[in-house]
Amino acid sequence: MLEVTGLRKAFDGNEILKDVDLSVEKGDVLAVLGPSGGGKTTLLRCLNYLERADGGTMTFLGQRMDMPAVTRRQAAAYRQHTAFVFQSYNLFANKTALQNVTEGLIVARKMPKAQAEQRGMAALERVGLADKRDAYPSQLSGGQQQRVAIARAVAGEPDVIFLDEPTSALDPELIGEVLEVIRQLAEDGMTMVIVTHEIHFARHVSTRVLFMDEGRALACMPTEAFFQEQKLERIQSFLRSLDRKEG
Amino acid sequence: MSERVIDILVSSFPQILVRGLLVTIPLTLISFALALVIAVLCAMIQIADIKGLKQLVRFYIWIIRGTPLLVQLYLVFFGLPDLGIMLPAFPCAVAVFALNEGAYCAETVRAAIESVPKGQLEAGYCVGMSYVQIMRRIVLPQAFRTAFPPLSNSLISMVKDTSLAANITVTEMFMTAQRVAGRTYEHLALYSEVAVIYLLFCTVITWLQRLGERKLNAMNGGNVIRA
Repeated sequence: MLEVTGLRKAFDGNEILKDVDLSVEKGDVLAVLGPSGGGKTTLLRCLNYLERADGGTMTFLGQRMDMPAVTRRQAAAYRQHTAFVFQSYNLFANKTALQNVTEGLIVARKMPKAQAEQRGMAALERVGLADKRDAYPSQLSGGQQQRVAIARAVAGEPDVIFLDEPTSALDPELIGEVLEVIRQLAEDGMTMVIVTHEIHFARHVSTRVLFMDEGRALACMPTEAFFQEQKLERIQSFLRSLDRKEG
Repeated sequence: MSERVIDILVSSFPQILVRGLLVTIPLTLISFALALVIAVLCAMIQIADIKGLKQLVRFYIWIIRGTPLLVQLYLVFFGLPDLGIMLPAFPCAVAVFALNEGAYCAETVRAAIESVPKGQLEAGYCVGMSYVQIMRRIVLPQAFRTAFPPLSNSLISMVKDTSLAANITVTEMFMTAQRVAGRTYEHLALYSEVAVIYLLFCTVITWLQRLGERKLNAMNGGNVIRA
C-alpha cells in the first residue's frame, strides 16, 4: 500500500537518512526501532511531508510521487489518507476534545457538522474519553491528551496512521492506557507505522519491525523473525542493552 | 476651593465630558480598529515571509517607531498641504494614530503569533487543513489571547495620546479644557478635572480588559498550558 525507496534527508549537510527503503501493507503494524538519533522521527516526518525529503520515491495506493518534488496540494491530498500522532500530542489548545477530533473533518473535508460530531463521538468512545468531549487540552492529563490525539487520527478514517513516540512524553503510569488504545487499533486491523522505545509493546503488537541506526534501515522484517532469529550483531547488542535496562 | 472655582468646574464638566464622548472616544476607537487591521496584516506579511512586502513593512515600522508621534501629526497636518494634500483635522488624526499604533501593535501581534507552538500548525496540516485555515481557526485565536493584555495596554496609551490631536486643531477633551482654562485662568482646577476624566475612561477600559481576559480564558479552557 505504501512503498518508499531511496529516502534521503540531510539537515545542514548532516545526513540523517541514507537511502532508506520500506514498505507497508494494509493491516501492517510496522514498529520502527533503534537507538536515539538514528533517524526514526525524521523518517516518520518525511513520510507525512512534515519534512521535505532530499531524495526518494513514494508509491501510495498505486500512485507514484517523487518525494522532494511534492507540491503543497499533493501533500494535502495525500494527508487526507493519513494521520499523524505526535510525541507531544499537539492538540489544538483552543478547541475542546470533541472539536479537536471534528476540526479536520468539518474544515478540511467539509463534512456537515452533525455527521462530523457523530463520527467524533464514536472516535472518542473508542479511546474511552466520550465523557471528556467538552474538556480543553489543558484540563486533560498527558495520557488523555494523547488518546484524544489518537481519536483525532482515527476519525479521519485514514489508510495509515503514523505515530511518533506516542508514549515518550508521558509519566510512566499513563503509558499503559495509551498503549492499550493503540493495541486495540492494531487488533481492529488499522495500518500503523509507529516509532517507539517500548520494546515489549513492539514485540507483541507489531507485525513487522524496521530497525534504524545512523540513518540506515538495518533490518525490515517480520516481528517474530526480528526478535527470535536475529543475526545482525548491531541489533543483538541493541536488544541486549534494552534487556539490561529493563531487567 | 472658592465658590467661583467650583462653579467653573461644575459648568465645564459636562462640556469636557461631552467632547470626550463625541471626539476622544470615537477618535480612539476608529484609530485603534484601523491600527489592529494594519498590525495583523503587517504581522502576517512578516511571518509568511512575503518577499518585497516584508521589507516594506520593516521600513514602515522603522520610520514610525523612530519618530515622535507629535512630529508625525505635524508632518501630515501642516506638512502635506505643501504637496497639495490637505486633510481635515479629524481624519488626519485618525490616519496618524492608526499608522502609529499599527506599527507598535504589529510587533505585539507578531510576537504573539510566534509564541504559538509550531506543533499546532503541523497538527493542522496533518488533519488536512490549509495554512490559511490553520491560521484563522487555530493560531490566531491562541495568539489573540496572548496579545490581548499588551493590546489593551496600547489602547489605554492611545486614549491619552489623542490629547496630542489638540495641536492640530481637533477639539477633543484636552483642547476643551485648555480653552476654559485660558478664559478663566483656573489652570490647576481645569487640568485636574480633565485628568480625572481621562482616568475615568482608562479605568473603564481596564475593567473591560479584565472581563475580556476572563472570557478568553474560558474559551481556552483556563490558562493555556503548553506541553
